[in-house]
Amino acid sequence: MLLFIEQFLNGLQLGLLLFLLAAGLTLVFGIMDLVNLAHGSLYMLGAYFAATFAALTGSFVAAIFLALLATLLVGMLIELIALRRLYGRDHLDHVLGTFGLILFSNEMVRLIWGPAGLNLPLPSWLNAPVQILPGVFYPSYRLLIIAVALMVAMLLYFVVMRTRIGMLIRAGASNREMVGALGINIKLLYTLVFGIGAALAGLAGMMQAPILTVQIGMGENILILAFVVIIIGGIGSIRGAFLSALLVGLIDTVGRAFLPDVLKLFLSNSAASTAAPALSSMLIYLVMAIILVVRPQGLFPAAGK
Amino acid sequence: MKRLITVRNIVIAALLLFLALVPLYSAVTGNTFLMTLFTRIIILAIAAVSLNLIMGFGGMVSFGHAAYLGIGGYVFGILATERITSGFIQWPLALLACAVFALITGALSLRTRGVYFIMITLAFAQMVYYIGVSLDRYGADDGLTIYTRSQFAGPINLSNRTFFYYLCFGLLLGTIYLIWRIVNSRFGMVIQGSRSNDRRMQSIGYPTYRYRLTCFVIAGVLCGLAGVLLANQADFISPATMHWTRSGDLIVMAVLGGMGSVIGPVLGAVSLLVLEETLPGIISIVGGSLTGKSMTAAKEYWALILGPMLLLVVLFARGGIDGFLRRFDRE
Repeated sequence: MLLFIEQFLNGLQLGLLLFLLAAGLTLVFGIMDLVNLAHGSLYMLGAYFAATFAALTGSFVAAIFLALLATLLVGMLIELIALRRLYGRDHLDHVLGTFGLILFSNEMVRLIWGPAGLNLPLPSWLNAPVQILPGVFYPSYRLLIIAVALMVAMLLYFVVMRTRIGMLIRAGASNREMVGALGINIKLLYTLVFGIGAALAGLAGMMQAPILTVQIGMGENILILAFVVIIIGGIGSIRGAFLSALLVGLIDTVGRAFLPDVLKLFLSNSAASTAAPALSSMLIYLVMAIILVVRPQGLFPAAGK
Repeated sequence: MKRLITVRNIVIAALLLFLALVPLYSAVTGNTFLMTLFTRIIILAIAAVSLNLIMGFGGMVSFGHAAYLGIGGYVFGILATERITSGFIQWPLALLACAVFALITGALSLRTRGVYFIMITLAFAQMVYYIGVSLDRYGADDGLTIYTRSQFAGPINLSNRTFFYYLCFGLLLGTIYLIWRIVNSRFGMVIQGSRSNDRRMQSIGYPTYRYRLTCFVIAGVLCGLAGVLLANQADFISPATMHWTRSGDLIVMAVLGGMGSVIGPVLGAVSLLVLEETLPGIISIVGGSLTGKSMTAAKEYWALILGPMLLLVVLFARGGIDGFLRRFDRE
């Protein structure tokens, strides 16, 4: 039971991190119709910025805020220089172009920060385990990740659904020309949306940074998970991304924790211990394939699409 | 009357001539590195050409094509490890495995469209990748070293580098010819019609799903052939061959070369891999002569040039290298 609570929280945390990545991806995908493989690079950049600013300022919180700002700016800059020109092009052009961006940003990071990874040490007040239930301890930093990500999710939902800028974003998604004709600077709006998506990806990266090492290529595997999330959730839907991110996070974590035991009920010990790691890594892809075969538009497609 | 002597035709002829002469150069100079490099390039060109059959002509963008490289390689590698070294058994089994995998995943994937198709093919490739990672008996994560290449009868000896090179080259030409025939056949017309307007093809009575599935299987088998060759050449196969970035590489080769023609991906594969190989040298020579300093340290950062280059190709050279050459001829 204790193990289950702990794994449940881990799954929740992975799911929320995936949501931060997927939110930006699904906004860019749904609104600008851009397949951005370089989204994982922004995740990586966020982590590198945070580690650098933490070393410079000595303050964890200040580093996070500075790094957020930096990824926002870098994201907007990338959109202005390169990606803006890719809107309205074929998806394959997006794949080729953003693949080039991945190569570029990986090398740029290597040039600036060197090939060795960085560490982002946690401040001591975040390093202590907390008692969440009688006898159940959980790292306080992981709880903080859950809280921050939940807050960001709510904020994002509020901004997109309840504010004027969110209204413009949704309007831009359904009819770009009309919004432009009504006197809205749609290009600026797109740059802003891309920047916000970049900052969210960066936030996910910098929150993971103290747990994993900050290294080149760290965004590539999690990017694929984020794509799985937005496909399961239905492209362009923030709510879908949120629900499917939690689903993917929980399935992945709980599957890894409990699949070996479940398999041992059916298979011999040795067969189970060989099959379990492969099967648990495959689990979410299996889920995605099944969902796509049954419901090709994803579980929660965006309204009006 | 189409002109025969165009820039495009000259470039393609020169490329094929060059590929045919590489072993001669290696034999004269004793430099086998070039031949090893180009063997790999030719094998990957086979994979890129096969991907282009479904992607360029069929409109089915598979983001999991590297899975076939892995399946072909692993079937060969596993059989070789189990001491079944006859190529007459290994190769058909490897291709059969690819056909079965393509048939099953294709039947499911082709129910989806567009981006969803891209992602579901990726999902299946990831599953195969993780199976590869979990094959404890066959090297798991570290990969599998293969000690004997496929054995064929008589004078066919794959360990002979020159022979192996010409075998790959011949298979590349064969693949190109086969796909050219397919594309220009009635079958190919249905596939291309279905890419432009699937509903219309169905209304005039074509069961396009079956056509597309057949096409998907053909492409998978051809890529599996490339997988067997690749594992034979490297004497090694590892899950990294199937990583999603490898599938991305194949897409990049096809798009960079130009998806509008059968031969385009060959141009893409050659230019991408040759650039990867020569950019470090070019950087250090050009940089050195410009600044007067030794630029050997800058060699490592060739991807800083290659990345933006790909972006520029997307932005300014629609239709890839092949499209660029065609436009050049029209003007």
